[in-house]
Amino acid sequence: MRTVLFAAFAVILLNELPADVKAASEGVELDHQEWTFDGPFGGFDRQQLQRGFQVYREVCSSCHGLDYIAFRNLEAIGYSEDQTKVLASEYLIEDCCDDQGDIFDRPAIPADGIPNPYPNEQFARASNNGSLPPDLSLITKARANGPDYIYNLILAYEDPPADMEEEIMFGMYYNTVFDGNQIAMAQQLFDELIEYSDGTVATNEQMAKDVTAFLHWAAEPKLEVRKQTGVRVLLFTLVFTVLAYFLKRRIWAGLKH
Amino acid sequence: MSNEKGWGMRAFDWFEERLPIVSFIDHSVGSKYPAPNNLNYFWNFGSLAGFMLVVLMMTGIVLAMSYTPHVDHAFESVERIMRDVNSGWLIRYLHANGGSFFFIVVLIHIFRGMYYGSYKAPREVLWWLGIVIYLLMMATAFMGYVLPWGQMSFWGATVITNLFSAVPIVGDEIVTLLWGGFSVDNPTLNRFFALHYLLPFAIVGVVVLHIWALHIPGSNNPMGIEVTANDKIPFHPYYTSKDVFGLGVFLLFYFTVVFWFPNAMGHPDNYIPANPLQTPAHIVPEWYFLPFYAILRSIDDKLTGVILMFGSILILFVVPWLDTSRVRSANFRPIFKVLFWIFLLDCFVLGWCGSQLPEGLPLILTRVGTFWYFFHFLVLLPVVGWIETPRPLPSSISTPVIASPAE
Repeated sequence: MRTVLFAAFAVILLNELPADVKAASEGVELDHQEWTFDGPFGGFDRQQLQRGFQVYREVCSSCHGLDYIAFRNLEAIGYSEDQTKVLASEYLIEDCCDDQGDIFDRPAIPADGIPNPYPNEQFARASNNGSLPPDLSLITKARANGPDYIYNLILAYEDPPADMEEEIMFGMYYNTVFDGNQIAMAQQLFDELIEYSDGTVATNEQMAKDVTAFLHWAAEPKLEVRKQTGVRVLLFTLVFTVLAYFLKRRIWAGLKH
Repeated sequence: MSNEKGWGMRAFDWFEERLPIVSFIDHSVGSKYPAPNNLNYFWNFGSLAGFMLVVLMMTGIVLAMSYTPHVDHAFESVERIMRDVNSGWLIRYLHANGGSFFFIVVLIHIFRGMYYGSYKAPREVLWWLGIVIYLLMMATAFMGYVLPWGQMSFWGATVITNLFSAVPIVGDEIVTLLWGGFSVDNPTLNRFFALHYLLPFAIVGVVVLHIWALHIPGSNNPMGIEVTANDKIPFHPYYTSKDVFGLGVFLLFYFTVVFWFPNAMGHPDNYIPANPLQTPAHIVPEWYFLPFYAILRSIDDKLTGVILMFGSILILFVVPWLDTSRVRSANFRPIFKVLFWIFLLDCFVLGWCGSQLPEGLPLILTRVGTFWYFFHFLVLLPVVGWIETPRPLPSSISTPVIASPAE
């Protein structure tokens, strides 16, 4: 009977778990990457997150916001408190209000969010041919197979096949991963577009991978503490369950059958 | 003798005379509740459901402390819980996945009742109260899913509330009342939050009635026969210890999902803030609504679909009379046993259909599955009860039948 019970659980779990795998079958095959945050003990590589942040800052941030990340959060990817202060102070943000009641500009502090490139949605659309660049704070959780999807998408630019050339609308670009194959974002990554401060060679794939890892951290910043807590919780529960089993056996042993 | 009691016991007696709550609990789920001695592990799921209800209420109350029920702030407040509230990610993942696990546990509990005929006399009211709990759970879960105000929250709410417009004459008025306006908007979110907080307490009330109704006839058992006093054992310590072990096993599954697959049962689109101007390509409800969603879409006519969907749950109320067999346990009913497993499979098929677009093969399967769902209850249950020859029932748990009917 116990086996039946386990089997029932397993069936239900297996039925539910591949939820995020499902959507992949709707579109193209995604080239699966090995991520440091995969697996039961996987976590983030701080060097990679910092490189990814550099890609975001020098490339993505001209169009995409990161609304749920403040400069202070960057301490979690290995920057010191002083470094986040310096980093923040390089941005000017609008504040309200000074002693006269006027809106004024001041350098950002670590408690400020990373400034959005646009003041509002209409401005963003007007600057992008009517399209709205999505906020990237949750992008890897807001797409099926998020990390693999983002990695593949930003590398999936190529010349459209002859029969599609006519269909590409004005201001749109051919992309083999994006739904409908027309995306409003032009190719952004080019080999050695940026110069990594840690000396890593900035190939397309390297930048795509680094920025995706960074965005996954931005979407799930508690991933490491979650898995670490999980290991301890599960070990505790396992011991508890084994003890409970022997306790139950001992209590039931007194019964005559 | 009483002067030999310690002061603690005397204080306890003093209190018991005035409010016998401890002996009440002991009679309900303790040493004074005699339970059949042959209950298998499928009888663990009642207490597991109670446990999950408590987990959901406790995590929910803590979440409500940091959640803002306003269309401009709901999504962000959930993200603040995930990022800035101490252990907020843990509380939210326990709560969000807790809903799914509550349903898993309750569904196993319901199917257990179907397999072992627990709905039959004299337990019909107990069964009814269970269905009421199930309905309240679905309403609560639906409104809870709306609260993060993501794309699926918004569009799920839009689709489901719109169903009520199919009601003749007053349909539109009902929808306006549900919305608190003329579209899913801030008043909708506010009332859903209020009701999502309220309904679990209503569930607790019905659970108390459910346990009360259980104690009139006592627990059913895998043999489905009346149990003599000889074959009963006190609930505590026998079933409390068994339930604690079962709880441990259950928690291993629950925690595995919470800590390693916390978003597997959700939809990625719900991490996109609600946008009334942009419909998602494919609106799907949470997994536990998928079979009913499939039944809803099995037919082109909206009103018929809505009637079928609600009917698929309401039909459970009359199952005690649709099933004409007096033998409870499927273990003694060869034909019903097969039909039970086909019915379970049918529910899984309908669930899969609910996650697919209603066209081609999924639509055909949806229609076959919906037909079978009602065919099972309306035709097979009564007819099989008449024509089936059940295996001989043992006279008691401790004296199993050895002779087979062929001899």
